[in-house]
Amino acid sequence: MSGVRVLVGTRKGAFILTSDGKRERWDVSGPHFAGWEIYHFKGSAVDPNRLYVSQSSGWFGQIIQRSDDGGKTWHQPGTAPGEPTATPDGMPKGESNKFVYDTSPETGKPLTTHQWYDGTPHPWEFKRVWHVEPSLSDPDMVYAGVEDAALFRSTDGGKTWQELAGLRGHGSGDKWAPGAGGMCLHTILLDPSNRERMFVAISSAGAFRTDDGGKTWRPINRGLHSLYIPNPTAEIGHCVHRIALHRSRPGVLFMQKHWDVMRSDDAGDSWQEISGNLPTDFGFVIDVHAHEPNTIYVVPIKSDSEHFPPDGKLRVYRSRTGGNDWEALTKGLPQSDCYVNVLRDAMAVDSLDNCGVYFGTTGGQVYASADAGDSWAPIVRDLPAVVSVEVQTLP
Amino acid sequence: MIRVTLPAHLRKLARVDGEVALEVAGAVTQRSVLDALEARYPMLCGTIRDHDTQQRRAFVRYFACGEDLSHEPPDEPLPAAVATGVEPFMVVGAIAGG
Repeated sequence: MSGVRVLVGTRKGAFILTSDGKRERWDVSGPHFAGWEIYHFKGSAVDPNRLYVSQSSGWFGQIIQRSDDGGKTWHQPGTAPGEPTATPDGMPKGESNKFVYDTSPETGKPLTTHQWYDGTPHPWEFKRVWHVEPSLSDPDMVYAGVEDAALFRSTDGGKTWQELAGLRGHGSGDKWAPGAGGMCLHTILLDPSNRERMFVAISSAGAFRTDDGGKTWRPINRGLHSLYIPNPTAEIGHCVHRIALHRSRPGVLFMQKHWDVMRSDDAGDSWQEISGNLPTDFGFVIDVHAHEPNTIYVVPIKSDSEHFPPDGKLRVYRSRTGGNDWEALTKGLPQSDCYVNVLRDAMAVDSLDNCGVYFGTTGGQVYASADAGDSWAPIVRDLPAVVSVEVQTLP
Repeated sequence: MIRVTLPAHLRKLARVDGEVALEVAGAVTQRSVLDALEARYPMLCGTIRDHDTQQRRAFVRYFACGEDLSHEPPDEPLPAAVATGVEPFMVVGAIAGG
């Protein structure tokens, strides 16, 4: 029988939740990397035992961890599993932790500064990896979205990282500015039908697309309308919180923006609002059903200053029509006195026949639905604040 | 041998239990001690000093012999008691929020 592995990143470590295909009983493993912030934790689509973790700390910086056995053992890439801590000859010297912006004349130009909160120019300063996105075809290739916003790629399993500097240098980088959570590249979507195309999103610069494997980029923010910036329809400056797509239809994108839920039917060239009857269209997560490309999920949050569900009721909203018509999913979720948040990387779906949907909260709960959202139950209730949730459907 | 103490998170990363003992060639300074530490434990690269600039990370402090050496030039000789292994060079995580 197939199974499910839920990869959970929290403010104080990583957890792995596993179950068989029934998704009724769960084993909990962790905390891994206890005490560290785990912004993201994701497995390779081509080798489910290959997992990548972003482990960081305000004190000690960024660490990349890798497992080649489904999370049983871990190592920093460049250090073989179980190898003594002394340096073996030829081992890269901590390169797996090294994210250095490209300043070379050949590939790192034009260099820019970005805008600081007060609008003054500010140099790029690396802080952490927000998101790791393994390649769809090669377990040794993985992308990393970082703060301050940039995209890095490793082609050697995370041992070394190179910036795809065409994104930062494409022309609008000097106008990017941080949102409340920092200036982070938090979303990386790989087009399963076109290896050359990918989408990224940056808070608070907007969404961008490459059609040549990351060499050149352009903003894809036409149709976004953000009242919190001086020009609400500017090409740059929109606080995109999350984008999702269905692998069967990668030209259709769904976006949860700071405010507004949006849809694009032309790979981001234009966007239309699909907030419809949502009680509030502020939120962080958005995801798509594994088998129904028009079925999408969001978790409405009251406002940009009140990061909790409206009326103290934790409700997932589902649209089966690709937006505009939404239904509240409440069965099994707390419907009073609930004031948690659901952060942008904290929702995922499995690909079992009856699609499972999962999300984690800042209150430490991870909720699962084995019936596409009709009913929910907590897998765990008392983890540290959940930052990210990813799901692997295992054979 | 130069003795170095590390905060718990870094001991765990380096997979060591107690103090670290290092051979340091030449002058014993912050830079030479940290270079030797990172050469022996490459997983600590970037956790104490920035990868690129080699500047001490903001929330990391250096102490030895009861003195705060965090703001001393990296190529200044460390106290003789550190150089002779009588006292450890202490890498400490700054306390924030109690």
